[in-house]
Amino acid sequence: MTKFERPAAFSRRALLKSGGALVVSIGMPISLDAVLAVSEAHAQGASQFAAAVKPPLTPDQLSSYIAVNADGSVAAYFGRMDMGHGLHVAIGQMVAEELDVPFSAVKVYMGDTATSVHQGGASGSTGIQLGGKQMRMAAAEARRVLVEMAAERLSVPADQLTVVDGVVQAKADSAKKVTYGELIGGRYFNVPLAWNKQYGNTLYAPGKAQPKKPSEYKIVGKPIKREDVAPKVFAQEDFCTDVKLPGMVHARMLRPPVAGSVPVKVDESSIREIPGARVVWEKGFLGVVADREWDAIQAMQKLKVEWSQATPPFPPQASLYDHIRKSSVRKRVVEKENGNVDEAFKSAAKVIEAEYEWPFQSHAGMGPACALVEVKNGFATCYTGSQKSHFVQAGIAATLGLPLEKVHVKWVTGPGSYGRNDADDCAMDAAVLSQAVGKPVRLQYMREQGTGWDPKGPASIHKARMAFDAAGNITAYEFTSKGFSRVDVDTNGGKPQDTLAGHTRGVALHSGDGFGVPAESYEFANKRLAWETIPPLLDRASPLRSSHLRDPVGPQIHFASESFMDEVAAELKLDPIEFRLRHLTEARDIAVIKAAAEKFGWQPRPAPQRQTGVKVSGRGIAYAQRNGTRVAVIAEVDVDRSSGKIYARRFVVAHDCGQIINPDGLAKCIEGNVVQGISRTLWEEVKFNDKAVTTVDWISYPILDITETPASIETVLIDHPEIAPSGAGEPSIRPVAAAIANAIFDATGVRMRRVPFSPDRVRQAMA
Amino acid sequence: MAQKVTLNVNGRDHTIDADPDMPLLYALRNDIGLNNPHFGCGLAQCGACTVHLDGQAIRSCVTPVSAVGNGKVVTLASLGTPEKPHPLQTAYVEEQVPQCGYCINGWIMTAAAFLNEKKKPTEAEIKTALEGLKCRCGTHMGILRAVKRAAEMMG
Ligand code: FES
Ligand code: FES
Repeated sequence: MTKFERPAAFSRRALLKSGGALVVSIGMPISLDAVLAVSEAHAQGASQFAAAVKPPLTPDQLSSYIAVNADGSVAAYFGRMDMGHGLHVAIGQMVAEELDVPFSAVKVYMGDTATSVHQGGASGSTGIQLGGKQMRMAAAEARRVLVEMAAERLSVPADQLTVVDGVVQAKADSAKKVTYGELIGGRYFNVPLAWNKQYGNTLYAPGKAQPKKPSEYKIVGKPIKREDVAPKVFAQEDFCTDVKLPGMVHARMLRPPVAGSVPVKVDESSIREIPGARVVWEKGFLGVVADREWDAIQAMQKLKVEWSQATPPFPPQASLYDHIRKSSVRKRVVEKENGNVDEAFKSAAKVIEAEYEWPFQSHAGMGPACALVEVKNGFATCYTGSQKSHFVQAGIAATLGLPLEKVHVKWVTGPGSYGRNDADDCAMDAAVLSQAVGKPVRLQYMREQGTGWDPKGPASIHKARMAFDAAGNITAYEFTSKGFSRVDVDTNGGKPQDTLAGHTRGVALHSGDGFGVPAESYEFANKRLAWETIPPLLDRASPLRSSHLRDPVGPQIHFASESFMDEVAAELKLDPIEFRLRHLTEARDIAVIKAAAEKFGWQPRPAPQRQTGVKVSGRGIAYAQRNGTRVAVIAEVDVDRSSGKIYARRFVVAHDCGQIINPDGLAKCIEGNVVQGISRTLWEEVKFNDKAVTTVDWISYPILDITETPASIETVLIDHPEIAPSGAGEPSIRPVAAAIANAIFDATGVRMRRVPFSPDRVRQAMA
Repeated sequence: MAQKVTLNVNGRDHTIDADPDMPLLYALRNDIGLNNPHFGCGLAQCGACTVHLDGQAIRSCVTPVSAVGNGKVVTLASLGTPEKPHPLQTAYVEEQVPQCGYCINGWIMTAAAFLNEKKKPTEAEIKTALEGLKCRCGTHMGILRAVKRAAEMMG
């Protein structure tokens, strides 16, 4: 089969073929050898800015981010990856812009631990906000250095040079020119950067250059298309599920029928008939391998296992929220407080209170996770769809007892990723299996394992109350979330304590505490926003362990807080937008709400409408901030009171994430957020009995169907070129649930306080 | 037990050794070397494994190789090429539909079979034809835009 050598492909072959300066060092280049090689290059008379041998792959080297090939094309090495929003396009735009090369001259290489430094992977919608910021600074520095080199070569002062499409030329005499390729092609930048000594999301290493002013932009802000769509559509791109290695075997894992139990007897003879089938069993870790994939599946199904008697660990599903309510608080954090809230509630003439509930939810990726790991001669190579390859590198090193530099992790597009899904667990399991059988092991989970055993978005309850004086003025507001932690297991598989392979092989869970508070700018004289976490239901290898699922706790918190604002507006008989605008303080928040209202054609009136009839319609607004971004969502929904079916028909989303890099990518990203948000609001709930999670496929864990697609999702993209870009990967999923709940209230006068709004639940609520 | 099975895939005969109960998906992916289609559920619930069998969209994850017989299997890889794209492929690229793209087989192969049968479908007919397919990234809006666009191209 012929395949595209697509620009954003990360195969070793692609790197080799692209030639030029691209380094193909499969080991970790931070080795002593590499450092010595740099000194050697200097000894050979490397120029001030360029070296023949690549400097070590450390965050304080320009060469760790940018290289110029002999033909003048540019490689950008990005320690993050695209989760389907076209992040690589935006990064390419930022790099091309700063370097003054055509967009098509830049190739972005993502998520390979051998070619990029640890920039945190895909995380918290910071791909552009933090990752792009670094790439922009690196590209600007590369341009500065190249112009300096040209100044020397052309004997023209740097400030009298300009760059056009990768050609440095004298402003006064365009015949005096030299290309980037001529200046450094085939060699490496040898330029130190001022690294802040941090790895991950906050890594920042600027050079001496200042980036361009927004008024000078030619490429940033343009709706450039993704070049990786065509290879996908023509079946020419490999996913992580498609990578194969010579001598590879297939594997499947076995999970216990009762969470917490472990195998006590494994009858290997039960799979003797299956060609090449083998068991890998270590404490609670149990997997099978076979030469052929179908055989591995058969072996998983046929293997006779006796499991230990374990006390069923989970409360009845029906009492989940009672469990949360009654559970001891492990950690309480007041994130925001002003005035004297307790006093104000004591002296209140009237108090309105409400409580909201949000279930565990699953990542339920389009495919269950898959990883291919080869452990050979004390070196591990891993192909994974994980959104955090540098953490997977650390996790495999710790799991197998290898030094970090003996682990190479390559990210290859996986079946979707919206946070800490099952990918990191899969990579660790595959690593253990490969080490055990001495062959490359391709492990893919089964559907029921992907949906049943992925880390879950945490379940929670949220209490809100508002105090009024005798004249009906608001005197105090308090909002408290209580739920499972969003870091029961961490956001990545970097430590065995956070992975199933760790837990099943005896490493104890170190459940962390994290939740959050509403992100808004409502001003009240007395106000308190707090969160409380409770202990997990099972202290290891739990199918209900909780972690980050898109916008980790944003949907649940803002479902509650923005529903409550609507409840208060209704109590005061105020238009919900009017009410919000009275109390909001930040200009960008006000602007985003006004923009949505204008696009929607919002006519002020209080909710609910007094409608009769079986089929009614309503509108609802909700808004939120997220790390600098602000979003307002207006939903228009149809409610069928007799069937309980909600049709979320129309959405208007106003979005302000500062400077817009690529409006096309942004609009699509918002659409995806809204659709996934509707799905989580109307359908998604992890169900369980005392022993296990029972939502294990697309029937038991339904998501929004194509027949339920909104008729329209309109976006208003507010561009602030003067404000550094903030994120867009998650903010717009945040207000969706509340916008829908508020629209249902507007249509029917019924307040939905528990997600999901499945037909059964809506019917009951309407009864 | 493994037997010799001959499958006609993308216009060529392939003889493989396989358990007759093995789903076609594994034959395509592992024996014939076609990386599309994908495993999504193995339960006929998502569509990621969709191929055409004699022009009908089928879920290869639940179709035993023994059931294929002399039928002609076509996968996304030969529905069209960059040089000679199927209208749905053109529309998918134009509309920039996918996020992760893992779901593409289901939508394009199902829609291709549908648009062959049904000229100028209404939006409601398109939705019904695609009912039950999954896209976890939520690219529903783009999928509908692309299928409508392809339907127009196909007249
Ligand atoms: S993999 Fe065949 S329908 Fe899901
Ligand atoms: S694009 Fe990811 S599942 Fe459809």
